[in-house]
Amino acid sequence: MKSRPRILAASSAGVVLLGLGLTACGGGGDEKTADGAGFEAAVGKVVNPSDKKGGTLRMAISSDIESTDPGDMYYAWSTNYVRLYSRMLLTYASKPGDEGRKPSPDLAEGLGVPSADKKTWTYKLRRGMKYEDGTEIKAKDIKYAVARTFDRAVLRHGPSYFSNVLDAKGYKGPYKDKNLDNFKGVETPDDYTVVFKLKDPFTEFNELVNFSGQTAPVPQDKDKGERYGLHPISSGPYKWEKDYQPGKGGTLVPNSNWDQSTDTNRKQLPARIETIAGLNAEELDNQLLKGQIHVDLAGSGVQDNARKSILTDPKLKAQADNPPGGFHWYNPIDMKVVPNLECRKAMVWAADRDAMWRAYGGDVGGEIATSIMPPDVEGREKGTDYYTKAEKGYKGNVEEAKKSLAACGKPQGFETTMIYREDRPKEKGVAIALQQSLARVNIKLNLKGFPANTYTSDQAGSPSFMQKNNVGIGTFGWLSDWPTGYGYLWALSDKAAILPSGNVNIAQIDDPQINEAWKKSYTTVDAAERAKLYNMIDDRLRSQAAYMPNVYAKSLLFRPSTLNNVFFHKGFGMYNYSTLGVTQ
Amino acid sequence: MTAPIEVTGSETQAQPDAVLEGIEGKAIQGRSLGQIAWLRLKRDKVALAGGIIVILLILMAIFAPLVVKLLGHPPNEFHQDLIDPTLGGPTSSLGGMNGDFLLGLEPGNGRDLFSRIVYGARVSLLVGFMATLVAVVIGTVLGVVAGYFGGWVDWVIARLMDIFLAFPLLMFSIAVVGVLPDKWLGLEGNGLRMAILIFIIGFFSWPYIGRIVRGQTISLREREFVDAARSMGARSPYILFREILPNLVAPILVYSTLLIPTNILFEAALSFLGVGISPPTPAWGSMLTDAIRTYQIAPYFVVIPGMAIFITVMAFNLFGDGLRDALDPRSNR
Repeated sequence: MKSRPRILAASSAGVVLLGLGLTACGGGGDEKTADGAGFEAAVGKVVNPSDKKGGTLRMAISSDIESTDPGDMYYAWSTNYVRLYSRMLLTYASKPGDEGRKPSPDLAEGLGVPSADKKTWTYKLRRGMKYEDGTEIKAKDIKYAVARTFDRAVLRHGPSYFSNVLDAKGYKGPYKDKNLDNFKGVETPDDYTVVFKLKDPFTEFNELVNFSGQTAPVPQDKDKGERYGLHPISSGPYKWEKDYQPGKGGTLVPNSNWDQSTDTNRKQLPARIETIAGLNAEELDNQLLKGQIHVDLAGSGVQDNARKSILTDPKLKAQADNPPGGFHWYNPIDMKVVPNLECRKAMVWAADRDAMWRAYGGDVGGEIATSIMPPDVEGREKGTDYYTKAEKGYKGNVEEAKKSLAACGKPQGFETTMIYREDRPKEKGVAIALQQSLARVNIKLNLKGFPANTYTSDQAGSPSFMQKNNVGIGTFGWLSDWPTGYGYLWALSDKAAILPSGNVNIAQIDDPQINEAWKKSYTTVDAAERAKLYNMIDDRLRSQAAYMPNVYAKSLLFRPSTLNNVFFHKGFGMYNYSTLGVTQ
Repeated sequence: MTAPIEVTGSETQAQPDAVLEGIEGKAIQGRSLGQIAWLRLKRDKVALAGGIIVILLILMAIFAPLVVKLLGHPPNEFHQDLIDPTLGGPTSSLGGMNGDFLLGLEPGNGRDLFSRIVYGARVSLLVGFMATLVAVVIGTVLGVVAGYFGGWVDWVIARLMDIFLAFPLLMFSIAVVGVLPDKWLGLEGNGLRMAILIFIIGFFSWPYIGRIVRGQTISLREREFVDAARSMGARSPYILFREILPNLVAPILVYSTLLIPTNILFEAALSFLGVGISPPTPAWGSMLTDAIRTYQIAPYFVVIPGMAIFITVMAFNLFGDGLRDALDPRSNR
């Protein structure tokens, strides 16, 4: 990996010129060392700013990519990655610090403009935006992209906000109903205007549009349903060279029909971007530390071995960052499988929070969680502990757990299955810690691991799977879709969020108080008032023992010294991928 | 160059051995084949050592709870007070090895490695033995039938063996264990997984035994004593079970002993790949997988289950080789 002497320099200013193809890069060389810019250097500012073109950027992931279809993805890193080949109406600003959490116009000229009643949101498209084949992007393509998310039998992984908030009158999606005019949730009065019609007033619609790839335009005649993801039509700086090969990967090459001057959030620096899927996690870390791979796509940090290398080697540590990733790794308890509150309480009481925190890597891995919403969410309160103590060294309370079990009518304990993502050793560690600590009160957990790329759709995300297999508890992590209580909590707590696949309300909580609070929040205009409602919901989720808090994640991220324009993006909770370059 | 290799076989050696024993001043007495074999085995120190290790391993597996009670801690008990929370390794040197934790601590959870190795022997040996039993039963029955009856029966069974030998077993087992239901045929959890492992490994390794049995049967069925029995009116079942099978005990015993370590390795490979026994039940293969994830934090952790597998397989192989030399399946009298 080692650094050839380079004339690159760290920008002394915390801001980089990302926009409008401005290529002049930060000037004066200051304290940058031979390797890396220092521990935590990419948090809050850009490391190695450069507009040097060329080279091959190599990205890898240890599981498979859930889907390369912009409308069919939900992992934070997927929506980060998709920006390389797709543009959306709005997208996160590619900026370090809090700026990166804000929506910014992408294909749209500006943010959406709501009507007075907040039920109609209008976006104006930029003119002259093109697909990779040179045809112009029209409003109807965005309407179509939104319409296809209504068919969850075809697009199973993505978020389901649009089908919940849009006033589509029972529309079933374009695969069952080919005539797009029957979709009334989005209207296109002309080729450059997109109007969203909502069922109920909703104040955070720009944030909703912003966070996912679901407004990336899809030409109806090119859509192949589930197979579209293998070769999505590009509107971004890169396009697919050949089809994406599930389980193997694919290559992105520059798209000559993308125009830097219209795009402030992306760059087109590397000559090729290679993505390798299914690389063993240890091997991935090895290659990352050697600089043979530039980016670990999953963005959740290195494994145990690499962690030791990085923390004990100052040279490597200077190329690492350890920011709060925005994730909360919690444990949903399925309320349909464990219906009795006292039984769920017993599970929480018995849980060894210290061991669960250690499974994530102690202080480097994160902070013991109190509320379900992580600290980053606007207006979030710390909350009180229910049936547990959020502190290091807390090993669970066996006495209380036994009392709850007795109250549940099962003093002899019970048995249920716990699932986790097999390719994530930390989640397996949490599962083993829970299994061991719950065994003290004769709650027997049978552990079963599944691959990450099917976990959110077919196992944890499938209520019928959970019930059929008696899965009472699982591991899960959630990053707010956007940094408000709604963006974090809605998908995991509203009754309306329960889906047959890709479900995030894994606890299957259907609580009248919570459902009522959500309804109330839509019409509450004052943000502080809304935050109160969100905190109430958070409190209720824990007092109902529907979600067991675990750890607010901190990721140990590594950036090889050859990687340019690296910064930690708060919206995605990892490095931003759309502006990266390489020195080779 | 034209001499058949068999000439140097121990049929010629066996007699001088027996004769020499007699000359050493003791009363000459008749010895059964078993006695001769035992004498030879006793003289083969390496095989004997292998045999002793095998016996010790079996005793260790059977009395695992007692051994652990005396020398260790419960295999699933966490000892995180001895672990550094950030780096995940034991805070003390040598991986936490001391009088209390004989083989040190597992990184992360701080479980007692000694206890986990002792309990892990149960899985390895049980799967190794039972799978071999399955293979031997199927292999012997089909091998004898094929060898004795010949003709189309032989052809069908021989081709079946070819198919089984060519089967991509590893991939098949991963697929089968992956789609396993939680409950099946009255079994559940690890009991079910263990049963499936035994069945798969056994069911696909029978051709190794089957081929040898078949070959032996073909040569035996032409022997005079079989002809004699047949001419006196014995029926096929009688000839198979009373005349031929007793002569096959030696080779079957030898090849079973050599098949056991192969099966132990296969089980270890499967649990290494994550399709073996579910956590927290310790198995050597899955311990290796965990160890590789932490090889920089706790290098000793890779060595310990690796050595356990190595010693077990080695002991069985040495014992099996010695047994073969002692019994010499080629001198079927």
